Amino acid sequence: MSEGRTIERPWQRWLIRFGVFVAMALLCIPGVWVVLTAFRPNIEVLARPTVWIPEVWTLDNFRRLFGFSSTQQGLPVAAYFINSLVISLTSTVVAILVGMAGGYAFARYSFRGKGALFLAFMLSRTVPGVALSLPLFILWGRLGIIDTSFGLILVYMAINIPFTIWLTDGFFRQIPPDLSEAAQIDGCTRWQAFWKVEFPLARAGLASAGIFAFLTSWNEYALAAQLTRTTASKTMPVGLMDFTAQFTVDWTGMSAMAVLIIIPALILTFIVQKHLIAGLTFGGVKG
Amino acid sequence: MAEVTLENVVKRYGDTTAVHGVSLDIAHNEFVVLVGPSGCGKSTTLRMIAGLEEISDGTIRIGDRIVNGLPPRARNISMVFQSYALYPHMNVRDNLGFGLKIAGLSKDEIARRVNEAAEILGLDMLMDRLPAHLSGGQRQRVAMGRAIVRNPDVFLFDEPLSNLDAKLRGQMRVEIKKLHQRVGTTIIYVTHDQVEAMTLADRIVIMRDGRVEQVGTPAEVFETPVNTFVAGFIGSPPMNQLPATVVGAAARLADGVTIPLPADIAPRLKDGQNVTLGFRPDGFSPAGHGMLTDAATVTIARDILIAEPLGNESILTVELGGKDVQGKMLNPRVLRSGERVDFLLDLSHLHVFDGESGRNLGV
Repeated sequence: MSEGRTIERPWQRWLIRFGVFVAMALLCIPGVWVVLTAFRPNIEVLARPTVWIPEVWTLDNFRRLFGFSSTQQGLPVAAYFINSLVISLTSTVVAILVGMAGGYAFARYSFRGKGALFLAFMLSRTVPGVALSLPLFILWGRLGIIDTSFGLILVYMAINIPFTIWLTDGFFRQIPPDLSEAAQIDGCTRWQAFWKVEFPLARAGLASAGIFAFLTSWNEYALAAQLTRTTASKTMPVGLMDFTAQFTVDWTGMSAMAVLIIIPALILTFIVQKHLIAGLTFGGVKG
Repeated sequence: MAEVTLENVVKRYGDTTAVHGVSLDIAHNEFVVLVGPSGCGKSTTLRMIAGLEEISDGTIRIGDRIVNGLPPRARNISMVFQSYALYPHMNVRDNLGFGLKIAGLSKDEIARRVNEAAEILGLDMLMDRLPAHLSGGQRQRVAMGRAIVRNPDVFLFDEPLSNLDAKLRGQMRVEIKKLHQRVGTTIIYVTHDQVEAMTLADRIVIMRDGRVEQVGTPAEVFETPVNTFVAGFIGSPPMNQLPATVVGAAARLADGVTIPLPADIAPRLKDGQNVTLGFRPDGFSPAGHGMLTDAATVTIARDILIAEPLGNESILTVELGGKDVQGKMLNPRVLRSGERVDFLLDLSHLHVFDGESGRNLGV
C-alpha cells in the first residue's frame, strides 16, 4: 500500500471483500454449476427442491460421451475435439504469424494509408460476427467450403488477424528501435536482429495474442453452427447441441462436454501465463 | 587504417533536407566531435556513417571502401547509443559477446575478448546481471564494452552521456578519453554539449541547420570562431555579442559607448557599417580582477546588476550597449547589486563580426 493514502478502516476492508466476493460469485457460479452438473446423475438436475452439492458423484456422463455406457450410444466427441483442435491451432498459428508481421510493420514503418488501414482493421472488429453469417454462408456455399475445416479456419483467421495486429503493434512499439539498430551494428541482418532481439522481447505480447486468438476460435459457436454440418468439421461448441432433442435436453451430458471444452483452454492459459511477464523490456534503455 | 571521409553528403526526407552537403576528412585514430543544437543534423550524419540512414546524395568512405550501399554490419563500426540500447533479455556477458557470437567466433575466443573488455571497463563483477539491474553509469560502461569487444575500425558515439547526472558525466568523459588513448581507434562523437566537445575532441565540427559551420581544434573554434553562431555556441558562459556602428576606427554601441576596433580590421570597414562586437566574459573584468596584465584595454564603468559567486571567480552581469553583458571576476570580493565598478575590456581578444552575415571579419 503506497504511503500517503488514507488508511483503510476495518469496515472498509470488509466492504471491499464483500464486493469482491459478490463479483467473483457472479463470475464463477455458472462455471462451478456446469462442473458439478457434469458429475451428477440426470435425476438430480431435475430434482425439486434443488440439490446443490451432488449426493452421488458419477463419471457416467463422461462414459456416455465416449460410448462406454450401456444407456446411450456414443457421440463423435473425439472427432469434434480433433476438429476443434486443428481449426483453433491452425487459425491461431496463422493469425500470430501474419499478425506479428503486420503489427511489426505498423509499429516500425511508415507507409501511405497507414492510419486508415489501422482504423479499418479496428472497425472490422465492431461488426458482430453473426451479422456476417448469412453472406458468409452463401459465399462459402458457392466456394464449396461449407462443412470443411478449411472454411472455418479462414473465418477465424479473418476474425483474429486484425486483433493480433493491433495487440502486437502495441508490444513492438514498446521495444525501442535502438535495439534492432544496435543488433544490426553488432553484425545482424535485419532478419536476425528481429529474431534474436525483438522477437524474444515481444514474446509476452505474442503469447497473450495467441491466447486470445485460440480462445476466440475454440469457443466460437454462432458462425461454426452455420458453417458446419457433420463430423468433418463440427467443433466442440457446436457438438453441444447434439444433446438437445425435440422435447428434452440432456443437461448432464452437455455439462460433461462443456467441461471437456474448458479443460484444454485452461491448460493452455496456464502454460502461456508464465510468458506473460510484463516489463521484460524495462531497463534495456535509459538510466 | 580507417580514415572516414564524407563528400557532399546529403540527407533528404521527402521535401525537407536534413543535411546539406556535409564534407569531412577524419584521420585515422582521430577523435572528432560533431556538436550543434538539436535538429542541426549531427545525429543524422552519424547515423548515415553507421548505415542506419540511407544517404540521399554524396559519398561516405571508411578506409578505402565506399560504404554508401553497405548495411551497418558490413561497415566494421561500433556504436554507443544515447539510450545505450542494451539487450534487456541478455545479461552483461551475453550483451558484450553478442556481436562476436553473430560473427561466429569460437566460445573460447568470445570469452577471452569479453573478459578483456570487462576488465578494461571494470565490469568483471557484473557479468551475470541483466541491464535492468545496473545503474546508469554501469549501463553506459556495458554499452562501451559492447563497442570495444568487436575491435572495429570506427567508434560512433551518439550523445552517450546525456542520460547521466553531472558528476557521472564528468567521470565518463575521462573514461572515454582514456579509452581512446588506450585503443586508439577513430572516434566520431555526437553531442549537443559544447563542454564535452571541447574536452574530448581532437577536432570539433560545429553544425547548424544541416550545414557545417566550422571545423577546427578546440582552441581554434574557441579563439577564432568563424561567425556569431559558433562564437555563441562554444564557450560557457557564451561570448557577449553587441550590435554596433562603425565610426572611424571605433565602433559605437547602442548606448553611445565607443570601443576602438582592432587595427587590422578597422581600415576595411566603412563609416556607418553595422557590425557585431564579440568578447568573452574572460576578457571583460573589473580592474585588478582579470587575467589581463599589459594587454590593450579600455575602461568602462558599469553598475553591477547581478553577481554570481562561484568561489574562485564570480560571473557579473551588467548592462552595456542596451544588452545584458557578462564579465568574469577572478579572486572575487563581495559586490553589492548596483555597485559601480570599473571594467577593463581586453581589446586583443575583441571579435568583429559582419552585422548582416555574422561572419567574423578578423578571420
